[in-house]
Amino acid sequence: MTLENLNPDPLIKDVVFLQTVDDLVNLTRANSVWPLTFGLACCAIEMMAVGASKYDIARFGSEAFRATPRQADLMIVAGTVTHKMAPRVKRLYDQMPEPKYVIAMGGCVIRGGPYVKYGYHVVKGVDLILPVDVYVPGCPPRPEALLEALFKVQKLMKREKILDRTRRTTKPEVYVPQAV
Amino acid sequence: MGLERSEIHGILKEKFGDAVLEDHVEAAEPFVVIRPDAWEEIAFFCRDDQRLRFDLLSCLTGVDYPDRKVIELIYCLDSTPNRHWLVVKAALPRDNPRIASVESVWKTMDWHERETFDLLGVTFEGHHNLTRILCAEDWVGYPLRRDYVMPETYRGIKNVIY
Repeated sequence: MTLENLNPDPLIKDVVFLQTVDDLVNLTRANSVWPLTFGLACCAIEMMAVGASKYDIARFGSEAFRATPRQADLMIVAGTVTHKMAPRVKRLYDQMPEPKYVIAMGGCVIRGGPYVKYGYHVVKGVDLILPVDVYVPGCPPRPEALLEALFKVQKLMKREKILDRTRRTTKPEVYVPQAV
Repeated sequence: MGLERSEIHGILKEKFGDAVLEDHVEAAEPFVVIRPDAWEEIAFFCRDDQRLRFDLLSCLTGVDYPDRKVIELIYCLDSTPNRHWLVVKAALPRDNPRIASVESVWKTMDWHERETFDLLGVTFEGHHNLTRILCAEDWVGYPLRRDYVMPETYRGIKNVIY
């Protein structure tokens, strides 16, 4: 929307642009997603490829992989989540500030992958312990697939409302993390 | 260059006599089966004897045989100066598998023995810190045993979904 219909002073007409705060905040947030530096298994190699020059996630403003969850707003769970690792993953997720997003990357993270039946030590899907926004199938997924997931996360981010923080209506299954 | 496998087996049989129970030099991967209570002594000999000089224990693993009621440990010894190697097996009773720790012989056995303890429940006597290494510390059971049943849930997370 511009100031056209408000009939403003011609001097400010060309330099003032009206936009809702939501849209502005979401635009900036979605084009500067900071993922958490965090890889659990082989999918992390593909995630690194996305960060490297060939696929270059920096083109989409997401190259700042943060080494602390407190500065990150995207968690890419890349690799098999074991039962021993699950409390740590959950704790990292809890330490991230809202609004936060989760990409479940690869078959293991989605439903246990090859370990779904006999993998005694594998969590059968990271969505059993934390809410997932985008699932990326593949074993491992191609880097393009992870980029596509990032675009989907950006779309979700653009739906945020600054006054409505109840974006998630469904809670994941209750799970109390404890350090082993 | 190193010794033939039959020569290594011969040296062990000459030195330890009936502590070497079986000698399978004709197998695709030749191995000797030893009496478990002699293992520590044999290990020191394998490391220190100038003809053998097994300075590296490259792998320790185990297999559960419920029908024979044994858990068989497989030690793969490697000699980097002499370029030969040796496979030693030891059969332990399945209901109470115990064997001497050779952590004092090869330091690398620290984690190998913890892994075997974790997955097969073999007790290594004399190990300084025999705790689980791969599974979580409060894990129940030994996953590589044939009769292991996977837990339905672990800490409230559903574990069996199909």
